[in-house]
Amino acid sequence: MDVNQYLEIFLDETKEHLESLNTQILNLEQSPDDADTINEIFRAAHSLKGMAGTMGYKRMQALTHDMENVFSEIRNGSMKVNSAMIDTLFQCLDALEEYTRCIQETADEGTNENQALIDQLNVYLQGGGAQEETSELKAADKEETAPEATEARWKQIPLGEHEKHVFAVAVKDGKSVYGLDIKVQETCILKAARAFLVYKAIEEKAEIIVCNPSAQDIEDEKFDLEFSLIVVSEHPIEQIITSAKNVSEIESVTGAVMEVDAKAVEAVQAEVEVKDETRPAVQAQAQAQNAAAKQTDKKAGKPVVNRTVRVDIEKLDVLMNLVSELIIAKNSLVSSSTTEASSSAGFNEQIEYLESVTTNLHESVMKVRMVPIESVVNKFPRMIRDLSKKLNKKMELYMSGEETELDRTVVDEIGDPLMHLLRNSADHGLESAEVRAQRGKPAVGSIFLDAYQDGNNVVIEVRDDGNGIDVEAVKRKAIERGVITPEQGESMSEKDIINLLFHAGFSTAKQISDVSGRGVGLDVVKSKIESLSGEVEVKSKLGEGSTWIIRLPLTLAIIQALMVIVGGEKYAISLGSIQTIEDISPSEIKLVQNSEVIHLRGTVIPIIRLNKELDIESSKAPDENMVVVIVKKGEKLAGLVVDELIGQQEIVIKSLGKYISKCKIISGATILGDGEVALILDANALI
Amino acid sequence: MEQLKVAEVNETNEIEQTIQYIVIKLGDEQYGIDIKYIDNIVRMQHITRVPKVANYLKGVINLRGEVIPVMSVRLKMDLPADEITKSTRIIILKLEQHGTIGIIVDEVKEVVTLSTSTIEKVAYDGQEGKVNFINGIGKHNDELISLLDLNTVAMEK
Repeated sequence: MDVNQYLEIFLDETKEHLESLNTQILNLEQSPDDADTINEIFRAAHSLKGMAGTMGYKRMQALTHDMENVFSEIRNGSMKVNSAMIDTLFQCLDALEEYTRCIQETADEGTNENQALIDQLNVYLQGGGAQEETSELKAADKEETAPEATEARWKQIPLGEHEKHVFAVAVKDGKSVYGLDIKVQETCILKAARAFLVYKAIEEKAEIIVCNPSAQDIEDEKFDLEFSLIVVSEHPIEQIITSAKNVSEIESVTGAVMEVDAKAVEAVQAEVEVKDETRPAVQAQAQAQNAAAKQTDKKAGKPVVNRTVRVDIEKLDVLMNLVSELIIAKNSLVSSSTTEASSSAGFNEQIEYLESVTTNLHESVMKVRMVPIESVVNKFPRMIRDLSKKLNKKMELYMSGEETELDRTVVDEIGDPLMHLLRNSADHGLESAEVRAQRGKPAVGSIFLDAYQDGNNVVIEVRDDGNGIDVEAVKRKAIERGVITPEQGESMSEKDIINLLFHAGFSTAKQISDVSGRGVGLDVVKSKIESLSGEVEVKSKLGEGSTWIIRLPLTLAIIQALMVIVGGEKYAISLGSIQTIEDISPSEIKLVQNSEVIHLRGTVIPIIRLNKELDIESSKAPDENMVVVIVKKGEKLAGLVVDELIGQQEIVIKSLGKYISKCKIISGATILGDGEVALILDANALI
Repeated sequence: MEQLKVAEVNETNEIEQTIQYIVIKLGDEQYGIDIKYIDNIVRMQHITRVPKVANYLKGVINLRGEVIPVMSVRLKMDLPADEITKSTRIIILKLEQHGTIGIIVDEVKEVVTLSTSTIEKVAYDGQEGKVNFINGIGKHNDELISLLDLNTVAMEK
């Protein structure tokens, strides 16, 4: 067995633990006396250390060890949490993240010892008092009292003559024989992997003589949650138990010293010659095993950058069921096609069945790809805390809807834009303490991050109670930068001016700080979100704050679309952007500033003739009534003139490839039922 | 160096390096396409036009669920536009630089094996404003085959 195959689990778990540490340490700062929080931290740090140790990442282990010591002091109440200490702990977390990144890329932790951080931690420790030893003793005590409670499984292991002999030899050599029961957590996914890690951890401290079920069975996952070992070691049992417990997802490790028959020991003494032959053999074998294990350790070669999604087993079960239904549907189609006189009614029935199966299948596959945005937003409280110190402004981040689910690819991409917006709010949005006091606002600024699902979209809002956007300042700046002319500025609406913020090379912060204000922020945010086929808009009130609203589609690959015909060609328009479909007579079209508009239920809507945009002749006569599809982008509406409607259809989006990507108004292509390719119109680009 | 070596080997061992080409026709001229770049040859099918792209890009087709851009080599080479006949084919090329693209040819004739010794390299003559789409001329049974330089063909103008 190769440690390498557990690297992925290790990385996943390390990230999880680091994330939880990040949040919990923040909590700790807020409520330093909360026992639950510190226990949680301790647990996470402890598993982290154990995992790093088993995987052979010594530097990572050293750093977590010292962190754990600090946490242990805090837990005992012998040390008080202070802001400087939290800072150091956060730096440690950053260092650990760096290790993790290194491991992910090269399967090696790198060479940075982070000695400075370790020293710093030790300074806190020494200041905190020298009660470390007693605390560890206490912990050991606790562990020792537990095992006696239940009937130990290892006692039931049947022992052969050979084993008994080995034990006797060991006892004679001054080693002890221990029985151990290990229980894996019920929720553990890869039991075999866990067991192997435990096995390996124990092997470092002791020689494993008997294993029940057999090592092979454990490797093949042929065991329930528990397995038992009988080991021989010169170390005290507590050490062995602790090292086994370091493996995460292990519920309990219990053990005790095994009494070896005194007669057997004597017997061994009698046959000295035999002993001399057998023992070295056993040891040599163990050594060989160890060496082999070490070698595989070193070989751990190529980067492990496979992205994974943890999937609920239930979701997979649903998928499996659907696939079997799909096969059944296929089979009945096959049989109905072979029976010559198949009634078309039966055939249609089968098609309907097939349709419902594929729709469900699509939905479940999408669900599998969905992950909560939690993983992204969880790092923000920490960021805001850092910003608060850096900018010397008091602020608080309130988050809601972290459980909102989005496609994995979107979740991966959304982090940076959100971070930009939050920094923006912290830096430009919130006023300094004096100004806030003047305006009668609470001294601590608030930033809100809310996520929720809205129909087929997920909305993420970043809101602050700061200054809001100064439209006049933006306008002045835009004119100064030559983005707009003064005349244009006069005629622009407030909204249009605010939208100028998304222009490349635009930043209104008077001072450029390293937090934000380099003018590369918002346009990057916008283009990133648009590349995810989402949109971003701002609402702002001067003096009261601003809200940035990001709208993202739930899924990327499959959408509901309206199929239309323009000049004999078929096009798809995403249903998400369509408001209504209108039948308009040519006489209703008016001219405003030389562009065509219609007046529809109180709103003036500009008309876009798709045949002109697509360079094709319309198949309709000019005096015929027109079919106008009203589409919406944010608050803006536009009417797309098409020749004919085909209907609504579920389409699979295919990329046109980079070779032909010049065309902005086409966002992709799809393959229709007859095998023909239809292009997808990007309504957002048209408006 | 490479070629020198090959030449030496030729003299001594009579082993020659050979390359297989698919011979196609564009108008009256025969062209050869290195077989290793060819993914597929399909019959002419409906091409979905893509608006607002260069004139030689005819659009996209569906090749077993993949959307693949198709270009007209004739228009790219400033030859008269394609006339679609029964023998018109789309050759699907897999290029490292440009990904998968299809090119329209008048006819696919045969596969020939040319040895390096029968290929004459075409020196770049540097004529202004003219892109050279050919990187060699192969001789096969008294016929001349112009060997297409696919990267230049696929390159955007």
